[in-house]
Amino acid sequence: MRNDHEAVVVEQHVHRDDVGARMGMWLFLFTEVLLFGGMFLVYAVYRYQHTNDFRLAAMELNTGIGTLNTIILLTSSLTVALAIAAIQKKNKFLSILLLSVTILFAFMFMVNKYFEWSAKFEHGIYPGSEELLNRSNGQILFFGLYYVMTGLHGLHVIIGVVILLFILVFIIRDKVTFDNYVKLENAGLYWHLVDLIWIFLFPLFYLIQ
Amino acid sequence: MMGQTAVAVKADNFYHQSTNKYSGILSWLLTIDHKRIGLMYMVSIIFFFLVGVIVGVLMRLELMAPGKTIVDAQTYNALFTLHGVIMIFLFIIPGLPAIFGNFFLPIQIGARDVAFPRLNLLSYYLYVIGAVLALLSLVLPGGPIDTGWTFYIPYSVRSTTNISLPLLAAFILGFSSILTGLNFITTVHRLRAPGMGFFKMPLFVWATYATAWVQIIATPVVGITILLVIIERLFGVGIFDPALGGDPILFQHMFWIYSHPAVYIMILPAMGVVSEIIPTFSRRTIFGYTAIAMSSLAIAFVGYLVWAHHMFTSGMSDTARWIFSLLTFLVALPSGVKVFNWVATMYKGSIDPQPPFLWVMAFIFLFSIGGLTGLVLGALATDVHVHDTYFVVAHFHFVMFGGTGTIFFAALHYWFPKMFGRMYNVKFARISVATFFIGFMLLYFPKFIMGYMGMPRRYYDYLPQFANLQMISTIGSWILSGTIFFIVGYLLHALFKGPKAPSNPWGGVTLEWHIQSPPIMENFKTIPTITHEPYDFSQLKEMKNA
Ligand code: HEM
Ligand SMILES: [Cu+2]
Repeated sequence: MRNDHEAVVVEQHVHRDDVGARMGMWLFLFTEVLLFGGMFLVYAVYRYQHTNDFRLAAMELNTGIGTLNTIILLTSSLTVALAIAAIQKKNKFLSILLLSVTILFAFMFMVNKYFEWSAKFEHGIYPGSEELLNRSNGQILFFGLYYVMTGLHGLHVIIGVVILLFILVFIIRDKVTFDNYVKLENAGLYWHLVDLIWIFLFPLFYLIQ
Repeated sequence: MMGQTAVAVKADNFYHQSTNKYSGILSWLLTIDHKRIGLMYMVSIIFFFLVGVIVGVLMRLELMAPGKTIVDAQTYNALFTLHGVIMIFLFIIPGLPAIFGNFFLPIQIGARDVAFPRLNLLSYYLYVIGAVLALLSLVLPGGPIDTGWTFYIPYSVRSTTNISLPLLAAFILGFSSILTGLNFITTVHRLRAPGMGFFKMPLFVWATYATAWVQIIATPVVGITILLVIIERLFGVGIFDPALGGDPILFQHMFWIYSHPAVYIMILPAMGVVSEIIPTFSRRTIFGYTAIAMSSLAIAFVGYLVWAHHMFTSGMSDTARWIFSLLTFLVALPSGVKVFNWVATMYKGSIDPQPPFLWVMAFIFLFSIGGLTGLVLGALATDVHVHDTYFVVAHFHFVMFGGTGTIFFAALHYWFPKMFGRMYNVKFARISVATFFIGFMLLYFPKFIMGYMGMPRRYYDYLPQFANLQMISTIGSWILSGTIFFIVGYLLHALFKGPKAPSNPWGGVTLEWHIQSPPIMENFKTIPTITHEPYDFSQLKEMKNA
């Protein structure tokens, strides 16, 4: 033991606990579910009050783009899961490749979203627009919720991409390896959550007509 | 050789051991040690508490006489909002978990740190960022927020003051709270020392654990609600705007789905501290350990289902109202279980009325008044009469300040020697409990009477018939705030000049009393193996530091 008067730097016990790390991530995902849960609650209340308007408004959404985006996100969930499998099998290159594909899918999702939203804007449908204010209250609420909920989800996609990019760098620099990949696993969990939320948003907005 | 050993012992505590390569202030700001983070929280939280107290005293000065006394109506609106926001979001919600939970939870379960030390530091900085944003909103053009701490729609969308920034601050503070909760839950599950089964954990750990669950379950709901208000202000989406089909009552529901459980975030850790202090100063194992532990979980659960008792006059079906009223009465039961167990613990104990114990006595008295008047508010017929009056103001000060606030001081006096290795002036401490109690009763009890007589809350002016009671209340605020500054004064003095404290001044038996004061970095040289029940005082004989 060193015993000078000055501050002594203590060797931290290197404490690694993968189970704990995963547990923390699950708890965090739980809070995310509750965050969106609040939105789903609002949706449920207003859908109940304005059932017909919600159906009318839903017909204006582009089911084609919605379906495409669903396929994209589902596939990206698969690729991130495969990236974990790859690193477990010590195949660093494949893991990097799969993770990059995942990120690419995320970009495709956002690009589609961009076109979808701009089309709506062109038709004059956005919060506070004249076109929208002339419609019934139920339709105003539907589109309001549509923008808020898919917007919040889009934000999560962006956060997810940032996380995945970090993990990508970690894999390249061998900070995430075949015997220490809990970070990749947790990022994957987060990405599955982003996917999961979309799976609920998709039918609620695009399919129930 | 001797000399060298002495130096080693001197440097051998966490104040002199850094977790990073820096020394001085940076070794604190970048630390990941749970004790240092706890102390940084302590400095920040006490600072904001004192600011909140000063704002409270200013409000009392305004109310000293009818009509305008020192500030105008708009300033008064800003003052009670600022006071509420500071006291709720910056003092009472983080208070006990972030300071004492951080410092003692890992020690009490025999761990070297929390599960995610870096995340812990992040929580602290989120707290600081939230606080800074809230303060910044006061000085930016637009003026300080004037909605009250409840941010009720539609006013919070119409008001032209700075609303979005303090709301964002509340969101960030919520995030900080969530991360702390997540950290504590994982810590309790993963880092208990060998032999420390769930039912050997000290009750403070149980309480903090239950609180952590409330933190992560309830906070996201207010997070999204706050975001929706900000979005509403920025884009006018209409979700809460009746003109566009939205429903302002829905905001109230979502706000209270968080904010009622939040009162358990405030009180549960306090109840945990009480369950630590009473056995130590009664020299008796706690009565009904399992009942107390389980009642924490019961409170956390049932507390989730009573939120609408804040909305009895807002417009709800009668069925909904009586169900919520019934549930509100039910949630009083587990609290009652605790009080009876505490009293039973003291029965036939050998009581040592040291300052922490006296604070607990004050707590039981004040909290009981707060709890019983809560039943008046939980019953439909009476609530309609006293809703939004001073009766409510008195009630929540009795539970929050008389309950958690008092225990904040109890915890401070109980653990001070362990945290700092110094002892404060016990006589001063005893006097403070007495003057605190007197000031408190003078300040808040008249508010019950005024509320019952119809004095509404959040008014800067009042009818002449309230003048006498208002004056008494203002005098109480001087005694109370004077006491608080006196306490801060003698504790600061003790910090620098106080005599060295032994490592177990009170004869406690939970793990923190087995180690030296102040503890070393990472708390234990070797992780202990737990063989005793948490409050088994027969170990005192074997403990060499007793
Ligand atoms: C010396 C200490 C204190 C004084 C003098 C004081 C005084 C006051 C006064 C005069 C009001 C406004 C009543 C009204 O016009 O409606 C108030 C409101 C409030 N106080 Fe305190 N108080 C103190 C401590 C505390 C503490 C420790 C807490 C919380 C732990 C607290 C929480 C609140 C809250 C939440 C409100 C409601 C704000 C609102 O209406 O939005 N106060 N207090
Ligand atoms: Cu409540």
